[in-house]
Amino acid sequence: MQVRLNGKETILNEGCITLADLLAEPPWRDRKLLIELNGTVVKKEDYPVIPLSEGDQIELVHFVGGG
Amino acid sequence: MQDLFHIGGKALSSRLFIGSGKYNRNSLIPEVIERSGAAVITVALRRVNPDWEEENLLHHIPSHMTLLPNTSGARNAEEAIRIARLARAAEMGNWIKLEVIQDQRYQLPDNLETIKATEVLAAEGFVVLPYMSPDLSAALRLRDAGAAAVMPLGSPIGSNRGLRTKELIQILIEEARLPVIVDAGIGKPSEAAEAMEMGAAAVLLNTAIATARDPLGMAEAFRGAVAAGRLAHLAGLGPVEPNAVASSPLTGFLDAVGAEA
Amino acid sequence: MSFYDILQAWESFPFSQRLQGYSDVDVRRALGKSKLDAEDLLALLSPAAGRHLEEMAQRARQITQNQFGNVIQLFTPMYVSDYCVNHCEYCSFSSIYDFPRKKLDMREVDREAAAIAATGIRHILLLTGESRKDSPVDYLKACVKVLREHFTSIGIEVNPMSVSEYEELAIAGVDSLTVFQEVYHRETYAKLHVKGPKRNYRNRLEAPERGCAAGYRSVNIGALLGLYDWRQEAVIAALHADYLQTNYPSCEISLSIPRFRPFLGEYQPDSDVTDRALVQVLLAYRLFLPRAGITLSTREPARLRDKLVHLGVTKMSAGVSTAVGGHSQDGGTPQFDISDERSVSEIREMLYQNGLQPVFKDWDILIPN
Repeated sequence: MQVRLNGKETILNEGCITLADLLAEPPWRDRKLLIELNGTVVKKEDYPVIPLSEGDQIELVHFVGGG
Repeated sequence: MQDLFHIGGKALSSRLFIGSGKYNRNSLIPEVIERSGAAVITVALRRVNPDWEEENLLHHIPSHMTLLPNTSGARNAEEAIRIARLARAAEMGNWIKLEVIQDQRYQLPDNLETIKATEVLAAEGFVVLPYMSPDLSAALRLRDAGAAAVMPLGSPIGSNRGLRTKELIQILIEEARLPVIVDAGIGKPSEAAEAMEMGAAAVLLNTAIATARDPLGMAEAFRGAVAAGRLAHLAGLGPVEPNAVASSPLTGFLDAVGAEA
Repeated sequence: MSFYDILQAWESFPFSQRLQGYSDVDVRRALGKSKLDAEDLLALLSPAAGRHLEEMAQRARQITQNQFGNVIQLFTPMYVSDYCVNHCEYCSFSSIYDFPRKKLDMREVDREAAAIAATGIRHILLLTGESRKDSPVDYLKACVKVLREHFTSIGIEVNPMSVSEYEELAIAGVDSLTVFQEVYHRETYAKLHVKGPKRNYRNRLEAPERGCAAGYRSVNIGALLGLYDWRQEAVIAALHADYLQTNYPSCEISLSIPRFRPFLGEYQPDSDVTDRALVQVLLAYRLFLPRAGITLSTREPARLRDKLVHLGVTKMSAGVSTAVGGHSQDGGTPQFDISDERSVSEIREMLYQNGLQPVFKDWDILIPN
């Protein structure tokens, strides 16, 4: 399945069915992230039940220093 | 005397807000917080980079701090609203520093888009602190839209050029009837003190501390400056003596023969 | 929240005690500030400030020149009806007085308007006694229609109305509203307004705000100085103006400084408003409210008016008759005695001699159709 992840076309692994699955992948694992899926904020408790679909726009963000 | 400052239902113990950007190492932040006495700290939201593991900024921010996420990067109301909603998903409060910047050269705020976003976010229960160009009409519209304060710029972001917009900020302080927090441009403690003497509710600064040779020393200097300026404001500045007038050209008639008592 | 709520918070304020407490230092501090607060206003109306009138006057003139320039806007009040349903102790239009009442018909309004317009005046203030029966909205609208042929700005000073009535008149061509509270002190208000709808303090107090809400370009308020302690009354009137200015930034708020002049009735002033007192009120208004208009009527004598024009006044009435139809017919009963009986051209000459430009036409509203 191909999605747009943080602005980049990305091909997901076979087993990536939900947001929780995506977040278990190595680059994201154990990081404190906030997720926007197709323009809508997703709550943490919904990660395991939100399925991913072809062409989804996913934004993974976190807090950084800023003024 | 305890001079608490209420905003968005919270009583704040300090009128100095600080930023968390531009430090050469984030591990300085806890001590900057302590030396500055700040109770509010701004943070930004960015896309995560998959290629390297960044340290979690929030580890460096003690839990008693009020987190003020900004919407930096937003070029219009819609983008700012999306960023604000994302920030709230972190469940670390509902405060937002609304920052909408169209102009990338000077990084000056877009008041019109900021007003639009304030309406939406305030209605959603955010405590909205909009960064703005000091314009009275815009401030009144922001107030009507539900802003908890206005944050006019003293001079362009990161410029350290001080209170170039002093006259306009003074008008906001006198007329806007909501807290005025001077954001951006303050480079020296004396400028922070000046803003507080004028009656600003607070000042927000980042670059001036983060880029000082000794950020911790500068954090403490700003703490003192903000406190001194505030005290001076509360104490009431002494009279500025107008030029002396020897005679009474305008009211002499009251003492003239035939005038009433 | 209206000004009524703000006023309630002031009701228990110990005015006379606090006013006595201000010193020269407090007055000078207020004089050195660019934006004055209520504390400064009190200081400027305190007995201590009476020793600083010249300094206050210097500052007031400077502020007035900065804000308004060297100009004075002229207007003429035009009385069209003296029927009144109220009994107010201090007014000679009061319903208890038995004199032949008069109300102009439209032909007479036109003749009166033409007589006033011939003097060059373009700002007219339409006045009636307060009676919804004798001078209802429809009558006022008919008057306004006639006045529009002669004047570019039409103000009204009539009984308090609702927002929608004010809006109706605005559509007809009215751009300014004058409503004086007369006296802000509640007990005195109740004592002096013996009978009639004017007894409703709050309805009158909130009328200027309703005018602002109706979109009038200019709203003029005032305390009739002398009915109660002038210092206290001036404080409240200035706070009222400040409230309106803050909440209706698009409306020009003005304050009048009418001083009670005895006339037909037995009523004698309660508070002695000397010339010094009048000057102090005028200066305090100007310093506290740099952008407010200040209106001076012909109740004051020429010798005083000629001096007050330098101290913060921005509008003056000229060529006045306070009797219905007084510019074009004989025999009306005046509402109060005027002191400055000079003609419009004499006032104009006086202003020029004082280095001020008389303004006859400040604006001309574009009304669609």
